[in-house]
Amino acid sequence: MELVEAIILSVLAASTPLLIAATGELVTERAGVLNLGVEGMMIVGAACGFGGAWLSGSTIIGALCGIIAGALLSLIFAMMTLGLAVNQVASGLALTILGIGLSGLIGAGFVGERITPAPHLHIPGLTDIPLIGRILFGEDPFIYLSLALIVAVWWFLYRTRPGLVLRACGDNHVSAHALGYPVLRIRTFAVMFGGACAGLAGAYLPLAYTPFFIPGMTAGRGWIALALVVFASWLPGRLVIGAYLFGAVTILQLHAQGAGVGIPSQFMSALPYLATVIVLVLISRARTGGSTAPAALGTVFVPDR
Amino acid sequence: MQLVLEKRAERSNTIALVSPLIAIGLTIVTMSILFVILGKNPISALIVYFIDPLTDAYSLQEIAVKASPLVMIAIGLSLCYLANAWNIGAEGQFLIGAVAGSWLAVKTQGTDAGFWVLPAMLLLGAVAGALYALIPAICKVRFGASEILTSLMLVYVADLLLDYLVRGPWRDPAGFNFPTTAEFDPVATVPILVEGGRLHLGAIITLLIVAAAAVLLGRTIKGFEIRVVGAAPRAARFGGFNANQLILLTFAVSGALAGLAGIIEVAGPVGHLQPGISPGYGFTAIIVAFLGRLNPIGILIAGLFLALTFIGGEQAQIAMKIPLDVTKVFQGILLFYVLACDSLILYRFRLVFASRQVSSGTG
Repeated sequence: MELVEAIILSVLAASTPLLIAATGELVTERAGVLNLGVEGMMIVGAACGFGGAWLSGSTIIGALCGIIAGALLSLIFAMMTLGLAVNQVASGLALTILGIGLSGLIGAGFVGERITPAPHLHIPGLTDIPLIGRILFGEDPFIYLSLALIVAVWWFLYRTRPGLVLRACGDNHVSAHALGYPVLRIRTFAVMFGGACAGLAGAYLPLAYTPFFIPGMTAGRGWIALALVVFASWLPGRLVIGAYLFGAVTILQLHAQGAGVGIPSQFMSALPYLATVIVLVLISRARTGGSTAPAALGTVFVPDR
Repeated sequence: MQLVLEKRAERSNTIALVSPLIAIGLTIVTMSILFVILGKNPISALIVYFIDPLTDAYSLQEIAVKASPLVMIAIGLSLCYLANAWNIGAEGQFLIGAVAGSWLAVKTQGTDAGFWVLPAMLLLGAVAGALYALIPAICKVRFGASEILTSLMLVYVADLLLDYLVRGPWRDPAGFNFPTTAEFDPVATVPILVEGGRLHLGAIITLLIVAAAAVLLGRTIKGFEIRVVGAAPRAARFGGFNANQLILLTFAVSGALAGLAGIIEVAGPVGHLQPGISPGYGFTAIIVAFLGRLNPIGILIAGLFLALTFIGGEQAQIAMKIPLDVTKVFQGILLFYVLACDSLILYRFRLVFASRQVSSGTG
């Protein structure tokens, strides 16, 4: 039973960066902007998050550094795609290339250093309940934060007026503009929220997942987060299911490698990526009655005056 | 103050020509600031980056050697992007091409196989790259899955496959456990053009591909279809062009070129299969394609320029202890500026200082 508990704990930890990054991207895409730079913002968030925590000795300051770094990078993207009406796909790729380079520069001084990982919650009595105690009451704070975040995003998108306006911008920017809503400003906020989330998701990796920084440590998680948004059909609830499913695939293949099932480790490591391809195909195929994507997703909008 | 975009009545051809130059200029200014932040003299750093590699024969050859795969891949990508198909997994197609061609090199190693080995390897590389690129294309056409995400995921898969092969079945028994195959036999190696140099046959193949692409895009119906499908999908539908077929075609061609570049790199400059055979050629080629304005001749020039930054980056690391990652930062910034300047072709930028108009509220 201890193995089951350990597996569930590690699945939750592996899913959390995916969930946080995908939550941010979901809001961005709901506003009609496709930001493919998640991987780049995550890796810079990881470098800045580790740097902040290492210099200050505080996990919270590290997390804030990651958030700010991600938001600043996404602001460049917003200026390009919203201010200058540049193609969003190409700008997102540029952001990823830039982010990978920047993270290498920033992180060069920190490689090989270690920090104290984020403390886990401990409530005497509750955390000590066998089996479910540690799973429910003994996680690191980011895991609770990620769940609170997705609930807040769901509430914002479906239960508030600004959320409705944001979705309107994503579905028909011309109508939203005609009604007098500042489409570009709303989209800028959405992009920056996505950037802040990606930065936090990246910072989670060195702050809580592995207590050190390695160049390229996001290993494609940003891209998987993008795929998760498609998998979730742009619905917050399904995002949680998707993130935990992918976390489970990642962890189970690691355990299978550890158990030595006789399959080369590289094939097991390829599983999360192959699973992403297969899931994308299945999901896209199931949607024969038209796409559920925001109608204006990825299209350039230049307001007429 | 507010920046306003005004649509031009028609594309500005002057700006289309100078925009890459403006972008390079802006990038160099930004890089100088970055060098100052890193505590280096910006003038001498820029000289090491952009001038020094042009002054000796070895570096000039090396630029051509590095530009070769970049241009070859970027030509293929430009076809995809012109047709509005987003293949961003060229890095994976490059690796699969390298793996497929190397298979023959490893199998014929030490046998008396003749001169047919190299042509067969190149063919295998191209075919494997095309097939690998067709996976995301078919997922897109048949099931509507985003080709951006699937093609990128397959990069990681290709990387892991290569890693497995050189650590497992294909590892050189006499290689002290290093993850590499044995050096390829001479019949499985791309011939050198200049005795004692590094320039190889791949450079010639690249030039032929540039010429072929220029003819395809400028002189054939297929090239016209590709451009129309990307620029005006509705008009293309009325014209009876099959957009799905063009996605498959452009993906296959770009995969083939990336795969060919991969096997040439392995059978040429590297000489054996090992992890890390590509310093991100497949991704840098995306920048090359855009910097070259998706035009074959433009791509040739852009490829040489980005190859220069690779060589300059290596020399700057040795001479001035500037980290190699600066090259990636440089490439990312360059792509941003290129895209921003491209916006000038379609729009006029105007700063508006007047107070904001009263918005009409919720009508």
